[in-house]
Amino acid sequence: MKEYLLLFRGGDSGEMQQSPEQQQQHMQKWMAWMGALTEEGKFGGAQPLKPDGRVITGSQKVVTDGPFMEGKEMVGGYLLCKADTYDEAVAIAKGCPILEFDNGMVEVREVHELKM
Amino acid sequence: MLYTTVSRLTTDQLHIHTISDHLFRHEAGKMVAVLTKVFGTENLELSEDVVQEVFLTAVQVWALKGLPENPSAWLMHAAKNKAIDAIRRNKFSSRMDFSATDRKLLQSEYTMATQIEKLWQEDEIRDDLLRMMFACCHPEVAVESQITLIMKTLCGFSTHEIAKAFLTSHDTISKRLYRTKAFYRERKIKPEFPAADQLKGRTDAVLKAIYLLFNEGYNSTVSDQLIRKDLLGQAMYLCKLLCDTPHTQLPEVYAAMALMCLHAARINSRVSPEGELILLAHQDRATWDRELIREGNAYLNKAAFGESISSYHIEAAIAYEHCTTIDFNDTNWQRILAYYDLLVQVTPTAMVALNRLAVIFKLKGPGATFEEIAQSGFTKEWEKLYLYHSLLGELYLATDTAQAVTHLQKAISLTNSEAEKNLLRKKVAHAQQV
Repeated sequence: MKEYLLLFRGGDSGEMQQSPEQQQQHMQKWMAWMGALTEEGKFGGAQPLKPDGRVITGSQKVVTDGPFMEGKEMVGGYLLCKADTYDEAVAIAKGCPILEFDNGMVEVREVHELKM
Repeated sequence: MLYTTVSRLTTDQLHIHTISDHLFRHEAGKMVAVLTKVFGTENLELSEDVVQEVFLTAVQVWALKGLPENPSAWLMHAAKNKAIDAIRRNKFSSRMDFSATDRKLLQSEYTMATQIEKLWQEDEIRDDLLRMMFACCHPEVAVESQITLIMKTLCGFSTHEIAKAFLTSHDTISKRLYRTKAFYRERKIKPEFPAADQLKGRTDAVLKAIYLLFNEGYNSTVSDQLIRKDLLGQAMYLCKLLCDTPHTQLPEVYAAMALMCLHAARINSRVSPEGELILLAHQDRATWDRELIREGNAYLNKAAFGESISSYHIEAAIAYEHCTTIDFNDTNWQRILAYYDLLVQVTPTAMVALNRLAVIFKLKGPGATFEEIAQSGFTKEWEKLYLYHSLLGELYLATDTAQAVTHLQKAISLTNSEAEKNLLRKKVAHAQQV
């Protein structure tokens, strides 16, 4: 079984338009999605991220406020999971509630097992 | 003007303290039961800390803003928030085990709040509390440690209050709690209902602990009144939980509840306002709580099913006999002796046999009682009991004053209770006058 990182982008503007009741229902969907992964033993962790951050660049370690991306391109959260194939990982990603919003995006990346 | 404002504020705060004390005792157990699902029995300490934090905040906020409309709901809501804080604080701590399916989702901000809500299902809390009781009464934990743990975690008593109730030092109780909690941590004991084939045995253990808790409150005349009444209240509250849950509706559960109602009904007449013990013969029966007696009787009727008869059944029957006798002189000692004959077969202990002896004395006088003592196999154990010497004191009263005084003084040396000592001293003085 391989490990995949799912990066969530966008979806923020959609969430902001929701009423508290809708937000709660939306969170129930995250719960159902991640709960199912947990039951299957495929859940490795997940967290939402705040929009502001710091970026450290190069050998000079220059620190800037960042990441200065357009809202919909900004990474808003991640989830680590296990899957046998890319297809399975993509199928998992399709269940992500962020895709309820038109600008919601999930990027699926396989963890690179570095050969020593 | 300023003075009135200040004094009003203090009365309000006092008011909050009295309400909250009662409420806190009730809610503490529920909160710990749910929090244990979050943190595990290996982190009982953390659950207790969270509950303490909630109570502290409650007292502060309520003193300022007044009592909320639904204090119980307020506390539960606060507990949820404090639990979330505690998870965040301890996320990377090795003492937190997030591997269980239920707890995995507590790690993620996406699901933490929803998962906490799910664990906090109102209609589940009663069962959570029961599961915790079964965990506290684990067969490998000594009974005194079981009650100590129940008092600390499920009834919200402080170590200091427990020490007072047990007439022991703060240090002894701390050590006992430390060892007991270590046992749960090392063995990772989960709060759960026992399997069907173990239910009866495990429920017996829970009942025993509850009844001891009750007795702690009933018999201790030294510890202050509030603690005493709270102990009775908590024991009855926990027993009522067992009565109300289909899993644990066994005849002996109802019988124990009946017994506690019938004892509690008479609690106010047992001790004088000055803290002196009043003997059954001199108790003001008008102060007995009719409502509790009626309730006790109802539970006793409910207990009348199944094939076996428990000691709770018989003891409740004895208590009921006393409760329904209007004048002490009309007490049906013959019937009470018949109950004791039965009780001594069901629970052949020195204490029960001694109580039976006291009834024989009432019914048949000193001669028959001395004969009974001569035949008894319990004399060695009785020698260590102050009640035995107190009874011997009365037996010798008419015939041998010197012997009577010796036994009464021996009794005084054997009890820790000041109230009992006072009562015995009065008897000594009386004997010396005769």
